[in-house]
Amino acid sequence: MLSTAFRRHWDPWQELNRLPDEMNRIFSGFSDAVRAGAQAFPPVNVYSGEDRLVVTAEVPGLSADDIDITVEGDALTIKGSRPAEELQENEKYHRRERGRGEFSRTLRLPFEVDASKTDAEYAQGVLTVVLHKPEESKPKKITVKRAS
Amino acid sequence: MTQAQNCLTKECSSTEKSREKVLNPWVDITETDDALILTADMPGVAEEDIDITFHDHVLTIEASKTESEHEGLKPYYVEHAAGRYLRRFKVTEEVQRDGIEATLKDGVLRLTLPKAQPVVAQKIKVLTA
Repeated sequence: MLSTAFRRHWDPWQELNRLPDEMNRIFSGFSDAVRAGAQAFPPVNVYSGEDRLVVTAEVPGLSADDIDITVEGDALTIKGSRPAEELQENEKYHRRERGRGEFSRTLRLPFEVDASKTDAEYAQGVLTVVLHKPEESKPKKITVKRAS
Repeated sequence: MTQAQNCLTKECSSTEKSREKVLNPWVDITETDDALILTADMPGVAEEDIDITFHDHVLTIEASKTESEHEGLKPYYVEHAAGRYLRRFKVTEEVQRDGIEATLKDGVLRLTLPKAQPVVAQKIKVLTA
């Protein structure tokens, strides 16, 4: 307790104008309410098309090798680990908000996908996974033949 | 009135800008013997999109974040969106402004603010009259 109070006192960083942003978060709808609260990590977007899906996940500070993607039926799992940064000697924290440790998130996709056709790319801290619908589940057009 | 008509006025364009979603990047701040180090998670931004200013002891980090377009696809589920990252701090420690360094890697911004060298106390000799 005492140490926390002391810390506050000499904190060389004072945050400015944070409140308006918090208000912005609170008042701009449901998705933000989720974001401000206990949000699952990583935050994801799913874009859906007729025969493919694109899933984007914000996972800053990783390398492509640290991310593990598995696809099974209509379930996509993104797994990884963000190690805690090692401090130098005499280095101490004033603020520690960034998440660390292992994470895993499984998404139920709008349709089953062909696991063998999955592509993934990692750039600027954003993971993009492209998934395809299997051939057999694509709608097939059947032409009606005229009975002779 | 349609959106397009609305936006013919100057005021509207400014409203449009302020309506841009403000995002608070999570930050870690550490201090070493000779520097203050700030690390911020800013996925989805490029170097040229980041604006860092240090003025009157106030450090401002701003960056516009875009979302990639996916042709022919519709958003099905959305948790992250385009917007403007913004955090502002008052730094009470004396900092060498010219020595501030910033790097961006894999969506993580790392700022190093070297501390100013302490002024060496000067000894003043008192002369006897």
